[in-house]
Amino acid sequence: MYAAGLSGGSGKEHMNTAISFERVSKTFVTKGTTFEALSDVSLTVERGDIFGIVGYSGAGKSTLLRTVNALERPTSGQVIVDGRDIAALSAKDLSVARQKIGMIFQQFNLLQSRTVYNNIAYPLRLAGLPANKIVDRVEELLEFVGLTDKALAYPSKLSGGQKQRVGIARALANHPDILISDEATSALDPQTTGEVLDLLRRVNKEYGVTILVVTHEMDVIRSIANRVAVMQNGRVVESGSTYDIFSSPTDATTKRFVSSVLHHFPSGNAVDRIRAVHRGRLVQLHVDNRESNDPFLSRVAREHNVDFNIVYGGVSELESRLFGNITLELLGTDSDVDAAIRDLALSTPVTEVTQNA
Amino acid sequence: MRDIDLDALLPKLVKAFFETLHMVTFSFVFATILGILIGLVLYSTRKGNILENAVVFGILSFIINLVRPIPFIILIVAMIPLTRIIVGTSIGPGAAILTLSIVGGISIGRIAETNLVAVDPGTIEAGSAMGARPLRVLFTIVVPEALGPLLLGLTYIFVALIDATAVAGTVGAGGLGSLALTYGYQRFDWFVMFAVIVVLIVMVQVAQFLGNWVARKAMHA
Repeated sequence: MYAAGLSGGSGKEHMNTAISFERVSKTFVTKGTTFEALSDVSLTVERGDIFGIVGYSGAGKSTLLRTVNALERPTSGQVIVDGRDIAALSAKDLSVARQKIGMIFQQFNLLQSRTVYNNIAYPLRLAGLPANKIVDRVEELLEFVGLTDKALAYPSKLSGGQKQRVGIARALANHPDILISDEATSALDPQTTGEVLDLLRRVNKEYGVTILVVTHEMDVIRSIANRVAVMQNGRVVESGSTYDIFSSPTDATTKRFVSSVLHHFPSGNAVDRIRAVHRGRLVQLHVDNRESNDPFLSRVAREHNVDFNIVYGGVSELESRLFGNITLELLGTDSDVDAAIRDLALSTPVTEVTQNA
Repeated sequence: MRDIDLDALLPKLVKAFFETLHMVTFSFVFATILGILIGLVLYSTRKGNILENAVVFGILSFIINLVRPIPFIILIVAMIPLTRIIVGTSIGPGAAILTLSIVGGISIGRIAETNLVAVDPGTIEAGSAMGARPLRVLFTIVVPEALGPLLLGLTYIFVALIDATAVAGTVGAGGLGSLALTYGYQRFDWFVMFAVIVVLIVMVQVAQFLGNWVARKAMHA
């Protein structure tokens, strides 16, 4: 890794990297007030990833996404796309580079004055493809997104889901290596969202397109992303594999996002209600794919003469791996419960729910 | 009640109608060309747009605002010296066309600017994201997307030009306006006046109907 910077980065290292954000900061100045939309963001998106960026509105996730095709330019830092600093390209080179970076939008942004066919043909004409090749490619794309019968319709006649499928077809027209998605499902109902996400998954699997998805919906991340970064106030507060982020979030924002879709942990109110009935000590046990079949819970309980009640919990599956959390009430003398907690912790991570939690 | 001499009226009416049509058509064509150019310049030199230029935008905008508040009847008189230089005469349809084209062009310029500015910025962004350069975005996205409302605006100006042409009749432009004024205002021949009004109404209705139809075709809504 050392000395790589001197030679401008080793080729091999970049082979598998689709996008690399290197200490990216972006400051907006309007009427004397400055706003730091991105501060010191570093992330790497590997080829073939479906990489999710999640955050509340104003977290900077869309700004970050838009640096990938230089719709926004970093105030400092670099965005390396396919081995090149995208913001440093000449206007002409950028135009060509953008043809290889598809983009889809929350509001679809189709041209209302053109038919579905001509919307999809637009980027092909830009790329200077001959007319007969354009016809073939558009037909191929229409078939891929299942809109062959809508070729001559105008966008105003389409449903939201159909519009986004046209958006996807248009974004894929010039065989891009990368597809960036700015809240592409946020204007769609859950059923249509599912269909669009299925389509994106096919784009990734069948065409090997690296996809960078910005969303505020953790469900979207759970359903398609293999890696995720959580943003807050222009910073990446946590990033990792989707499984790791969902199964063991560490940052408070991440935890809030995870708990918006997974209900493994009781809320404060739920804890109060539990305590009204269960006066014993509450502990939370992490659950995941276990290698051993040791029935540690009943074994520990027996050894230390402690009884237990299951009072809350949930287990989920992500990428064929299980993870979850069970909240138990432990009943016994204080010293026995202490000893039981110590032994349970040998088998799985345990946290005690403190009185004022 | 006086006899109504249709045989004498009809040829006058037909002649006046074609004079008006001639003035409106020519001034509309010139006004559209001038107006679209003004609209494109105003739009592109606007803050944040491709040819951002505060000086050009400011001067052009100032000139437009200078001309627009002047009532047409006063402007056509005030422009007589300029008309003499350019057209060679200050009376007749040719002279009126110059003033009509300038007034119409300035109005169309503002309308075109408004319609171009109103184009969904999302479509422009999509164009840039696909790799279209600014001029290409302007002519293949912004202009086509603005076309429907622009055609409605042009229809509005076409109707306004019919109106203005009648006004120009007071200063010797000929056409339906002159006819109505000569017979109605000076000779109190109400029948001729009403006949002119009916012709004007029919012209406006047809123009508006055609404009709506073309705009609807362009909007695909």
